[in-house]
Formats: sequence, C-alpha cells, structure tokens
Amino acid sequence: MYKIAKENLPALFQRIAEGQDLILPISNGGQVNYGVWTEDADVDIETLKSVKSPKDAFFPQSENLYTCVREGKKLQITPEELQQKDFVVFGMKACDIQGVEVLDKVFLSEPVDTFYAARRQHGTIVAMACHEPEETCFCKVFGIDAAEPKADVATWLIDGELCWKPLTEKGETLTKAVADLLSDDAAADAKVENEKSAIRAIIDKLPYSDLSLEGWNGDALTEKFNSPVWEELYKPCLACGTCTFVCPTCQCYDIKDYDTGHGVQRYRCWDSCMYSDFTMMAHGNNRNSQMQRFRQRFMHKLVYFPANNDGMYSCVGCGRCVEKCPSALNIVKVIKAFQNQGGENA
Amino acid sequence: MQELIARAKELLANGTVARVLGWKAGDLPYNPEPAYFEKEEDFKDFVYNGFCGANLSKYMIEATKLEGKTLVCLKPCDTYSFNQLIMEHRVDREKAYIIGVGCKGKLDIEKIKKQGIKGIQSISGAEITDDAETLTINTLYGDKTIPYADGMLERCHVCKGKEHKIYDEIIGESKDTKDADRFDEVSRIESMKPEEKFAFFQKELSKCIRCNACRNACPACSCRKCVFDSNKFDSSQKANVDSFEEKMFHIIRAFHVAGRCTDCGECSRVCPQGIPLHLFNRKFIKDIDEFYGEFQAGEDITVKGPLTSFTFEDVEPSVVAERG
Repeated sequence: MYKIAKENLPALFQRIAEGQDLILPISNGGQVNYGVWTEDADVDIETLKSVKSPKDAFFPQSENLYTCVREGKKLQITPEELQQKDFVVFGMKACDIQGVEVLDKVFLSEPVDTFYAARRQHGTIVAMACHEPEETCFCKVFGIDAAEPKADVATWLIDGELCWKPLTEKGETLTKAVADLLSDDAAADAKVENEKSAIRAIIDKLPYSDLSLEGWNGDALTEKFNSPVWEELYKPCLACGTCTFVCPTCQCYDIKDYDTGHGVQRYRCWDSCMYSDFTMMAHGNNRNSQMQRFRQRFMHKLVYFPANNDGMYSCVGCGRCVEKCPSALNIVKVIKAFQNQGGENA
Repeated sequence: MQELIARAKELLANGTVARVLGWKAGDLPYNPEPAYFEKEEDFKDFVYNGFCGANLSKYMIEATKLEGKTLVCLKPCDTYSFNQLIMEHRVDREKAYIIGVGCKGKLDIEKIKKQGIKGIQSISGAEITDDAETLTINTLYGDKTIPYADGMLERCHVCKGKEHKIYDEIIGESKDTKDADRFDEVSRIESMKPEEKFAFFQKELSKCIRCNACRNACPACSCRKCVFDSNKFDSSQKANVDSFEEKMFHIIRAFHVAGRCTDCGECSRVCPQGIPLHLFNRKFIKDIDEFYGEFQAGEDITVKGPLTSFTFEDVEPSVVAERG
C-alpha cells in the first residue's frame, strides 16, 4: 500500500495532468461536478457525491459525430476523431464505477460504440472509497461495496492521508508515473482495513440498505408493466429530466443535425425518457403519456436491463435521483410502492 | 395538520370535492411528495410540514381539468401563482377549493446539508404545529442543531407576507419570515462592471444541465407545448451544444415570464445545480417597479399587469435603451 499526504495532492494532480487530462471533482458556484483539472480549479474530493455522475468522462452529454461542409457541388464529410489521448478520472466512487460497467454492457457489445470504446481504452480510473456514506445511498442493495471500489487504482482518504493501491496494469503504470510522490507504507494496510470496517458498519445502518428487490427481474415484465400502481406513482412527476441527467447509468441518447449554414454538424446528446419527444419517430411517439414515460425509466432499470444482461440491474444505488427530484420521487419509492401496494399481484 | 386532515376528509365525504391535492409523507425525514388523496384511508400518509415547499398551483393546471372539484393546499406565496393562473385562464377557479395553509417558512434540505449535516436519520422541529425555532437533526455522525431560519429556502427570507391572496378557507397560522430585501442581490449585480456581470452569469449558467426542472416546476411556464420542446430545432433542447445556448434558454424563459412571474422561487428551489435563477426574474420585477410603479404579479386578479396594459404615463422605450 502506498500513501501520500493530503497537502501533497495538488502536486500529485499536477504530475498526473502532465501529458494527459485529469478529470476530478471540482467545486464551481457551490456545486461539485467532475471537470478537467487546471491549476486554479477548486478541487473538492471531500464531498461524497457530485451533482452529475462522472459518466460524462466516457459518455459526454453532448458530442459531435461528424461534420459535413458543402462547397459548390462537393460535399466534404469529416468524421470526429476518436479519443487518442490518455486521461485519468480521479475520485470515482464504487457506485459510479458500477455505472460505467452498466454503460460497458450497452456500448461495448456489438455493434461497439467506437467513441465510447476509445474513451474506455484511454481512461484510467482512480477510485475513492466512500468515507462517510449518506442516507440517500443504497449501493449495498446492488451488491456494491463502497468500502472497496474496484478500479485501476483504489484509494482511501484517512486522517489527512490518501492511501493508494494499484489494482490493474493501467493502475500500475499510473502508480509508476507518480511513484516519487508516493511512499510505501506497510502500516497503511491496517488503517485501510479499519476504514473499510467503519464504512461497512455505517452502510449497514443506512435506511435504504435493507431495500428488497424481490420481484424485480427480467421475468417480471408483463406483471410489472400492466400494474395499476404506475397510474398513482407518476402523478407528482413534473416530466423534467433531472433524474436521468444526474444518473450514472442512463444511457439513452438522441442524434441531431445542427445546420451550420453551409453544412451540417451531426451530434448526439443525452436524451431523457421523461421528455415528450423521447424516441419520437416519423409515425409519432410510441409513449404518448407521462405515465408511460415514467414507467419506462423504472422498467428499463429494473426489468428490461436485467432481462438482457444476465440479471444486472441498471441502477447502482448512488441516490442522486433521491436527492435531486423536484417532486421527491425516486426509484426507491417506486420499488417500495410495489411492495406495499400489491406485491406479486400488482 | 390534524385540523387540515379532518376538514379535507369532511369535504371529500360530503361531496364538495372529488380529490385533495396535498403532500404525502416520504421515506426520509425530508422528502414528502405532492399527492392526490381520494379516499379516507389515503390520509394516513398525508403530511404538511416544513419540507412541503412545492408550489401546488402548477399541478392545478391539470387538476382543474378533471371531473369535480379539487381541494388544494396553498401556502400564502402559492396563492399569488394561483391568481396569476386564473388571469391567464390556465386554471378554472370553479373547479378549485382552496385551503390556505399556514406557513412559517419552508426548509431547504440542500442548504441544511451544505452545513455539513449528513447521514440524516430524523429531524424534529420541522412540524408545522411546532413553535420551536430550532431544528434538531439526528444523524449517523452525531446530533446537530441549527436555527430554523438557517435551513429556510432563500425565498422565505424575502417572504411576501403571511396573507393568502385567494382562498375558500384558511387553516393554520402563518408567519412573515422576511429578514432580507429581495432586491439586494439584484442591486449588487447591477453595480458590477459589464465583464463582472458576464463572468457571474457565465459561472452560474455553465452549471446548467438542461434538465428543464426550472421550467417544469414554474407556474408561469404553462404553455401546452414549450417552444424548447419543438423537435424542429437544429440545436437540441436537451443539451447545451455551446455556452451560448444555455444562456439563451434561461434568458428567453425570463423574458417570457416577465410581468407574470410572482417570484415564487420554485425555479431556484428545484434546480439540481443550485443556480440562482430567481435573480433573472427579480431583475425584471425590479425594472418593472422602477418603470411603471410597484407591481406584484398575482396579488390582485382585477389589476392588469403593466406589460399587458397601456397608459400614456408608460415609460418610453428610449428611457430603457438609454439606461442600458
């Protein structure tokens, strides 16, 4: 186990950022979000949750796919270059890393999304254990261990020191590049073990940790889809896209053309199943009520996704929707409503 | 709260109303959700406390289209929004039974958490019947106590007063929680140099994730189909393609609600990124006050707004242009 004093982290960030991008939690206008490190960035690795998840690092909210330029009768098409430069995402939590694994299932299966694949190839993830989990967290429900994140490097911030443990080849490479800033400390292992136990003890006490997912699986499609419970559940929904845009696993996107005046810029951007034009096609929209759109989000995460991915849920229990929904709705309330209002017969 | 529940049940039972629009207890100490109650047994989950910040006027646009009357619980500031919706013919007064509910200021869980409070297990002092001036918060990391006012929404610090502007009956006491001037921050920004102003708004608006929560919670945003939801746009309504577009969305919205915005503060309350969106609206309100005399949208349904009426005393556009 390696370690570095907290006051030396700016030097570590500077070193990592030499020759590659470093993406980490930055405070801007009172809110913490992942962004590219600069010397004057207000880095905040203490705040447990960024507002948006770090998924932008691999799947940005908006990105160009190609550009067409018309010159007389000629049409020039320039595809957007794939990520070629290495980069590091620092500070990701176990839930957000599981979120990337969900995205992998979508974008790395055939046909492979080359934009995403290039970012995954060039990205190194340095994870941080969750020092003080909060009441909105429910990662344990999905079998995620916030005390021991799986990534290229795992870190624990304990008493003013960052303990650092490379776990993969990419992690070893990064560790070598910053080796002179780290010190090897056998005693850190015991400290990390204590921290892990402390984190797990807190997680056991969290109000959502005992949430049951019974009845939510790929086989529950018809039963859940036809339940009358949705008619009640969706009502407070304002149809904004907050839950989908802060979510680490929501992966739906739209592709659009931007008229540049002398050509077209084709780009894609995140879509939200909460929006009225979600999956709009030439014939119209196949979900034309908010109830249907609301149902889609939870059916996708808890039924359709596990049906297509060996039982893997596409919720990781980060709790961002719990914190941010303007109407205080969220996936936990949905899961509980089915337990309370009719269970298997609903 | 018991009096409110009893009265709501009575009005439901005697057929005066077909449903009640209030709040249902959440599964955390601070997350009640807007909800409809149609049967007596539904009321076991009914709650009204300091965390019931949502302005239910917005829901009445749809609720007054339903069959029968809807009983709605409105706080004093929510009634301004309801009045404004009446003036714009977006709600049907005859289909609403308004209970003006008492309010002593609503709480902002984000603001409470920003004070280093996390792992919340229970909160006492947020009950509406409680005269306690403090919130006692039990957390996994120890007990914390903060003054109630330190947990209040920004809008409650500039409270418009404890009077309900429209109601059928009032249940519960209200308190004027104003301890600041709503135009102070606007004046501060007005006094900035243009480049400082630009930097301020650039920084704040760069956080926008285009979730549209501000628009969807806004009672003044009542268009059936928002122009930003048109799929005929080249630029996307779902993402900030560039830094110009994010500013345009918020500035266009502010212009569209100018003179109609009651300053209910829902936009800022719901913004997941904590953008002080109310500042745009307050700038318009301050300008309207200065150019046309003091005006509060939603205060009186018999008075036309200065931007929708003409008088010979109206300020000339040149005055506005010269002022910059």
